[in-house]
Amino acid sequence: MVPEDLKYTREHEWLRMEGDTATIGITDHAQEEMGDLVFVELPAEGDSLATGKVLGTVESVKAVSELFAPVDGEVVAVNAALIDRPELVNQDPYGEGWMLRVRMAGGGEDLMNAAEYQSYLQDGGDA
Amino acid sequence: MDPETTLRRTSLHAEHVRHGARLVPFAGWEMPIQYRGVLAEHAAVRASAGLFDVSHMGELEVYGAEAEAFLQEMTPNNVSRLATGQAQYTALLTAEGTFVDDLLIYRLAAGRFLLVVNAANTAGDLAWIRKHIHGEVQVRDLSGEYALLALQGPRAAGILGRFLGKELQDLGSFRFTMEPMDGSTLLISRTGYTGEDGFEIYLPPAMAPSVWQRLMDEGERDGLVPVGLGARDTLRLEAALPLYGQDIDMTRTPLEAGLNFIVKLTKGEFMGREALVRQKEEGVGHRLTGLAVTQRGIARPGYPVRVAGREVGVVTSGTHSPTLGRAIGMAYLPVAHAEPGTKLTVVIRGNEVEAEVVPLPFYRRPPG
Repeated sequence: MVPEDLKYTREHEWLRMEGDTATIGITDHAQEEMGDLVFVELPAEGDSLATGKVLGTVESVKAVSELFAPVDGEVVAVNAALIDRPELVNQDPYGEGWMLRVRMAGGGEDLMNAAEYQSYLQDGGDA
Repeated sequence: MDPETTLRRTSLHAEHVRHGARLVPFAGWEMPIQYRGVLAEHAAVRASAGLFDVSHMGELEVYGAEAEAFLQEMTPNNVSRLATGQAQYTALLTAEGTFVDDLLIYRLAAGRFLLVVNAANTAGDLAWIRKHIHGEVQVRDLSGEYALLALQGPRAAGILGRFLGKELQDLGSFRFTMEPMDGSTLLISRTGYTGEDGFEIYLPPAMAPSVWQRLMDEGERDGLVPVGLGARDTLRLEAALPLYGQDIDMTRTPLEAGLNFIVKLTKGEFMGREALVRQKEEGVGHRLTGLAVTQRGIARPGYPVRVAGREVGVVTSGTHSPTLGRAIGMAYLPVAHAEPGTKLTVVIRGNEVEAEVVPLPFYRRPPG
């Protein structure tokens, strides 16, 4: 499942761009690969992000994965529901499982569109 | 060399694929890590029942007129107390009293024993036994002749009873029975690695797919699901059952691991006894200890454990406990810091996260 209207990273994150704001989460492929998520750690509102730097962590029962900032900017909202209900990411990765909202200051030049991400997945999806 | 081509597959491979398993390399085998998901599979075993393929486990047969005496020398538990039809949890130990492996011994007949060992250790255990073997004793590797299913959970006895057309309520814990089926024989023991009531079924690999399918059909109305190694690990850790290579290994003794019940110092000489007698006299310095993480975060194997800022141990096993809804782990800690209630921290990616010592096991099945 790769929604048409989103942008994607090689680390299997998605971005919904609305003006200078981007909502960020992980893709259906990413949640499927991770398995049941049991822990999500996100930055705080007001934190600044720099492209490529670690912004948080998601953990399944077996595995730990880091999240990398896909753009530069400032965190304007985080999905606090994920603290108690990380399973929302598994259940609805592009909806209720969103992770954070960022006011973009730059970066994002290397993002893929849906068709590009789809073929990236078909090629194995290894960053 | 392409690792995919060298991995061994169990006789149930097609069943795993059919049930949508994610298959991963494990101890040289391609094994199911999960089907529907670790949390759902874990919950099914605690609430109703789960069926596991653990055919990767090794089976060694030790037999001969002096087999009992030899195993008595090689293991710390008391083999002479083991009647035909009984199984015993025990270990192979070095002269230093440390683990070569942990295993189950089944007494099949007066002079015939089946040793069920960890997949990754099968070759090493066989070499270890051959190195020490003497007298009228033989050993052979029967791993290729056994598939192994584990049917675990509060509904397991009912499902298996219907499948066999025979009640198994009288089969006690660590007892086994030989059940004829389709011209062959199933060895069924009341054993497991989940902390629930349950059974392990040893059978010819060629029979495994049909037995698997019939058990799945029989158990459908009870909520029986196939369970992978992912949930096997969370289930066994909640029950504080040690995993070789993580919680026990060639640097640790059963006394340090809290497995005193397998050490029978008064039974006579056995490999490692002197070292264990000395350790018992002097007292163990470190003990395998349960931790519960009290802040947000998950303890994982290899994470340091600190008391008052000083490292006192390392997490051997750690995960999110699906039953308890919090992170749990085990670590060898100095006995001074191993008392329940002791406050400590686990270092998770550079951050000290608060935890405390809790009694083991983390989970005990409700009585009845």
